[in-house]
Amino acid sequence: MTADAPVVRAVNLVKIYQTGGLPVPAVRGVDLTVEAGEFVAIMGPSGSGKSTFVHMLGGLDTRTSGEIWLDGRRADTLSESGWAVLRREKIGFVFQFFNLVANMTVADNVELPALLGGVSPRQARERREYLLGELGLADRAEASPAQLSGGEQQRVALARALANQPRLLLADEPTGNLDSRNTRDVLRLLGKVHGQGQTIVLVTHDARVASMADRVVSLLDGQIVDDGAIPKSRRRPLGAAGDVVELRS
Amino acid sequence: MRQSLLALLAKEPAHGYELKQALETIFGGAYPSPNIGQIYVTLGRLEKDGYVRSVDVEQANRPNKKVYYITAAGREALETWVEEPSEGPRVRDEFFMKLVLAPMTGLSDRMALVNRQRRHYLALMRDLRELAERTDPANRVALLLIEGAMLHLQADLDWLERCQEDLP
Repeated sequence: MTADAPVVRAVNLVKIYQTGGLPVPAVRGVDLTVEAGEFVAIMGPSGSGKSTFVHMLGGLDTRTSGEIWLDGRRADTLSESGWAVLRREKIGFVFQFFNLVANMTVADNVELPALLGGVSPRQARERREYLLGELGLADRAEASPAQLSGGEQQRVALARALANQPRLLLADEPTGNLDSRNTRDVLRLLGKVHGQGQTIVLVTHDARVASMADRVVSLLDGQIVDDGAIPKSRRRPLGAAGDVVELRS
Repeated sequence: MRQSLLALLAKEPAHGYELKQALETIFGGAYPSPNIGQIYVTLGRLEKDGYVRSVDVEQANRPNKKVYYITAAGREALETWVEEPSEGPRVRDEFFMKLVLAPMTGLSDRMALVNRQRRHYLALMRDLRELAERTDPANRVALLLIEGAMLHLQADLDWLERCQEDLP
């Protein structure tokens, strides 16, 4: 657990599903290293293995072969309870489905990971108020998850994932249920926490989200086909997006 | 630009520079700032077509300025324009030509082309996002224009993905 160990290191990671018939390879030998503070977006068509890949990084799906190292520690050999501890201590996860605790208020859902992480109730409350405020949900704190729209639940799940200031934020389509205004709130918060040094690995097909990343990894058929930084655009800086938006003459 | 100028003149007579400023104010940073030369050329054509006329207004200590106003024929043309449905966007994509043709020449492989283009689109998206952040939240027109550009770019990226899946 050295200070300069990468936050994520996947080595020749493979996942083969076998449900009855033929084995179906979903992830076919992926190597990925993510340094502390990096923001990596994972893109690719559906069925390219991107969700399976981040689920393995979070221990929600077991690997068939290969290694996963998180924060300098071997993780793929952990038991389910070992993963549970690791997730509680190090990982915030935003799923496509939200997994909020139904009989707890929004506020309690968000504070819970921080409290489990050992911060004081006051700190947990302040962090929760900050996160819900940033996501435009301050007035929903006392609601129960069932009273929220899909988009609201998704934002609460993001607040919960960030409550503990985890070493790693993993997210699978975190804006999949959001309209453009709510997406804007989520982008702003991701930008802020990334600016504060949050390491982020997220799967998205939303180019607005991907364009926030330092690095984009593209998967196709379970393999990485591209991995690199988003370049500076070659256009003149947009004081005006005149080249992009053309009204007909 | 013809119709935008006619629309502005239907509101009130104006000289060329006022029209340029009005377009910039309404559409914000998302609109390609029209150059004044283009505006005068367009106004000249509209005048020739009988859609606008101009009068010289004398100014103290300055050269006369030409103020344009819309004619009845201009109003009619404007009305036709407003009422007819607008064309859908055309797919006229230079990248797609490259993608289909370049591998035949042995110049580049498709995977590399697609990957480079994806990164480029994401760089453009980042520019648009930053432009949106800088735009006055009260300027709904400019923000919607930027959002439109973002949605088109998203479609281009989705299409790129389809190309990568289906073109060997």
